[in-house]
Amino acid sequence: MTFEPKIVGIFCNWCSYMAADLAGTARLKYPENLRIVRVMCSGRIDPQFVFWAFKKGADGVLLAGCHLPTDCHYIEGNFKCLRRYKLLKKLLPQFGIEPERVRLEWISASEADKLQKVSKEFTEEIRKLGPLNIEG
Amino acid sequence: MKKPKIAMYWCAGCGGCEEAVVDLAENLLNLAEKVDIVFWPVAMDFKKSDVEALEDGELTASFINGSIRLSEHVEMVKLLRKKSQLVFAFGACSYTGGIPGLANQFTKEDLLSYVYEEAPSVDNPEKVRPIPNFKDGEFEVDVPDVLDICKSLDEVIKVDYYIPGCPPTTNVIIDAFTALLEGKLPPRGSVFGSNRSVCYDCRLNDTKPEKTLLKELKRPHEIIPDPEKCLLTQGLVCLGPVTRGGCGAVCIEGNMPCSGCFGPLDGVKDYGAKALSFIASIVDTIDEEELDRIFEKIPDPLGTFYRYSLPKSLLKGRVRRCNP
Repeated sequence: MTFEPKIVGIFCNWCSYMAADLAGTARLKYPENLRIVRVMCSGRIDPQFVFWAFKKGADGVLLAGCHLPTDCHYIEGNFKCLRRYKLLKKLLPQFGIEPERVRLEWISASEADKLQKVSKEFTEEIRKLGPLNIEG
Repeated sequence: MKKPKIAMYWCAGCGGCEEAVVDLAENLLNLAEKVDIVFWPVAMDFKKSDVEALEDGELTASFINGSIRLSEHVEMVKLLRKKSQLVFAFGACSYTGGIPGLANQFTKEDLLSYVYEEAPSVDNPEKVRPIPNFKDGEFEVDVPDVLDICKSLDEVIKVDYYIPGCPPTTNVIIDAFTALLEGKLPPRGSVFGSNRSVCYDCRLNDTKPEKTLLKELKRPHEIIPDPEKCLLTQGLVCLGPVTRGGCGAVCIEGNMPCSGCFGPLDGVKDYGAKALSFIASIVDTIDEEELDRIFEKIPDPLGTFYRYSLPKSLLKGRVRRCNP
């Protein structure tokens, strides 16, 4: 059986999730490997969510929020997301997880095409990395 | 009235928790009057057979410290569980896995080969290793087996209460004993200590501004911190804001930042992730290269944020990948 990566997306309500909605309305097809969870802000994305996703069988996690530096609906949520993402990437290898399995992208409400491009790229990247296959 | 019987046992610990009990000083004498200590291998001469001879549930409570590292620990804590009405996980190791739990970054084979063969101080050309159930003719030597991963106590047996800390501070131990003896125990599964963060108890809390943002992080050996100013605002990675209080912020009295031994506050699943999230979010830049440079001051994020809690983290340690 060919490997189909399971990818969890954690998207902010105001920009990136809107972009996913727009992709739907505009009939821009993106890989069904991506399952999107909506949070109010990328600043709400707790590294615990990422570990939880991996533990529950995700092969990759795509985080998305509003563009830097001024797009965040809550002014600085995306700043916090970026900082956490950078430190998280440094931690992941210590857990034996390739840092490439987590990716952060800024996707605005109008960028359905970017969502399509990013999710395709990321799915292929994870496909190359292979399954995470955490034991137990 | 018959005195309640209690047991104290250590698994993979350093002895600091026993020391903390001794640190109760005269309170220990008060305690010894009120309870019968029927098993405490580090201090008194009792054997496993003495515990086996007890009725099931005859012990009012067992206080178990240390993480679960060997088959022997599993055997002993299961025995104590059977004989006890209540089990208290005593100290960070039994509560969240503790320092020995950091070994979960490596496989059992990595650990054994380093300790018995590769470490610079080892002289073992025949590569002798301890073998459980070893037999040579009529001789039989049994040593416990090392488990594949280091565990917290509640991964092996049901635990009723948790006493956090590395080691638990005197006040928390007294709170736990008092609650037990006066029959005023909180709901099962409770953690002693407070449910506010360390900052709430910290003497320097008033010097912390409404909003803390850091341009630089510092490691404790790089600066002599001002003892009258919040250590976090001086750039030290102080985990006080995400750590359960109740310790009285004693490390801060020693001019050292909080390293998180009391573990997570209620509602947090993965202490290290929460701690990482908190420290990262107060770094004052959004330039990626600048962030990398600032985070160089955290050379070992896992050791910094999961120092006492790796076995209880969501991933429990370095993930094991099964072959597809």
